[in-house]
Amino acid sequence: MLITNSVVVEFLEIQKGIFLQKLKSPEIAEKIKPGQFLNIKVSEGYYPLLRRPFSVCDVEDDLIHIMFAVYGEGTKILANKKIGETVNILGPLGNGFNIDDDYDLAVFLAGGLGAAPFPYLTRKLNNNKEIISFVGGRSNKEVIKYQFPNLLIATEDGSEGFKGNVVQLFENEIKKFLDKKIKVFACGPNGMLKSVSNLIKRFNEEGKNLTCEVSTESAMACGFGICQGCPIQDSHDPNRYLLVCKDGPVFNVNDIEL
Amino acid sequence: MSNLDLSIKIGSLELSNPILLASGTVGYGNEISEFIDLNKVGGIITKSISLKPRKGNKPQRIFETPAGMLNAIGLANVGLEEFISQKIPFLEKFDVPIICNIAASTLEEYVECVRALENFEKIKAFEINVSCPNVKEGGLQFGNDIRMVAKITENVRLSTKKTLIIKLSPNVSNISDFAKVCKENGADAVSAINTLVGSAFDINSRKPKLSNVFGGLSGPAIKPIAIAKVFEIHRAVDIPIIGVGGIMNWQDVIEFIIAGASAVQIGTLNFIDPTASISILEGIKNYFVNKNLTSINQLKGSYILDNGN
Repeated sequence: MLITNSVVVEFLEIQKGIFLQKLKSPEIAEKIKPGQFLNIKVSEGYYPLLRRPFSVCDVEDDLIHIMFAVYGEGTKILANKKIGETVNILGPLGNGFNIDDDYDLAVFLAGGLGAAPFPYLTRKLNNNKEIISFVGGRSNKEVIKYQFPNLLIATEDGSEGFKGNVVQLFENEIKKFLDKKIKVFACGPNGMLKSVSNLIKRFNEEGKNLTCEVSTESAMACGFGICQGCPIQDSHDPNRYLLVCKDGPVFNVNDIEL
Repeated sequence: MSNLDLSIKIGSLELSNPILLASGTVGYGNEISEFIDLNKVGGIITKSISLKPRKGNKPQRIFETPAGMLNAIGLANVGLEEFISQKIPFLEKFDVPIICNIAASTLEEYVECVRALENFEKIKAFEINVSCPNVKEGGLQFGNDIRMVAKITENVRLSTKKTLIIKLSPNVSNISDFAKVCKENGADAVSAINTLVGSAFDINSRKPKLSNVFGGLSGPAIKPIAIAKVFEIHRAVDIPIIGVGGIMNWQDVIEFIIAGASAVQIGTLNFIDPTASISILEGIKNYFVNKNLTSINQLKGSYILDNGN
């Protein structure tokens, strides 16, 4: 874990309302793994007071990319940063995706801004594993297609691709791939992750043997385990919460109750 | 300046400097030790320990407010047994005084916890949490009840020779009265202040932001209140005061000491900058040198009032 001031090097609007910021931090860029996150203080003032957590979106030499939409005061300030201005980064934080275990096909499931961690994951997996991506949103304006390989789209309003949600699309399509060893990587809103979890459990009860890791999110203050602000239920012990920041944000889907 | 001495003594507790890390903002020391040399701070106050482990409140536990944050962690902690077997051995590695914060839902539980920890040399003091605003039993009800605070102080005092600190609630009509009964019943010091009760609602869902509805407000938003409470106690009661509430920089620490604090606690700031206590300590040293001060006592309660009060 490091605390560094990082310069904003590049700022792009990759599609309407979705921003990509490239921050220079050689030390963190060298260490960070896909699925880990950064806790960023966007200004020196007291409002916002706390850092804001962002998944690492990609790493390009000594640049870290983050993806965000303007949602509140913190992201508004971030979106107004000029090239050359700095932010203060605490990271890398949490546990990322396990990418080296035994599978042939990596399935990406992303909903909305849950698209954020996949470009870096793709970069790390490329050449080693076959990848298929399922990405969803309410309408095609909300589907973030940025750098997904072999992309299948689901929209709830049917404006593009499959009409329905991304988990239903995955369920329909997965039959074609069941001859392979599959690992699912999912990131999105909690409701989506819950459906993913239920589906994986059902598949596995039917003997399909899919492994699945989900990247979760939570309100948090510190990002490294001291504030205890981001509990998530441990599926193995009803009397215990895990912490999204320290025990996650990526969990094996069997280890948490969503 | 070679004669600068920031050390202070509270009861039998000897601190090399007045900067303590507040309960609930440093866990049991392990995470924050990755950022700073814990031996440099004056002391560490553990996350509240209760007799039995506590799971804590359901999410959502944290909500940010202007210049502050609400928390309703619900005293999640490992419990006395695991604290003794796992956490104390880790803390033994550091040459820094450990102050153990105790939370309980009955008088007997406070006493039992203190007795169980009394023989651990590493623990130099107890801070009794009578004022946690975000649990349903114990906590704030005790902090609001002056007879109960007196009784807890009296009974815990009989169970320990270590320095006894009572952490006071600001959610009372006259905090000095509470400090007074703490002193009368044998407390060595009071910490002022715990968090203020706060709440927030979502205007679209109309639901509370925190699952517990109420939380404790901390951060720079509460600093003026904490300064006022320290000042009120200092004027009314002759007891060492540990100032806590919204400290963001060394200037805030100096302000607390001027208002009457002997030592201070860094809390919410640890979440934002876990290295802050060290830079704050440097700032304090520079201030003392620049003002030709050599000890905390020269500055403590040195406020100058022009209105004849």
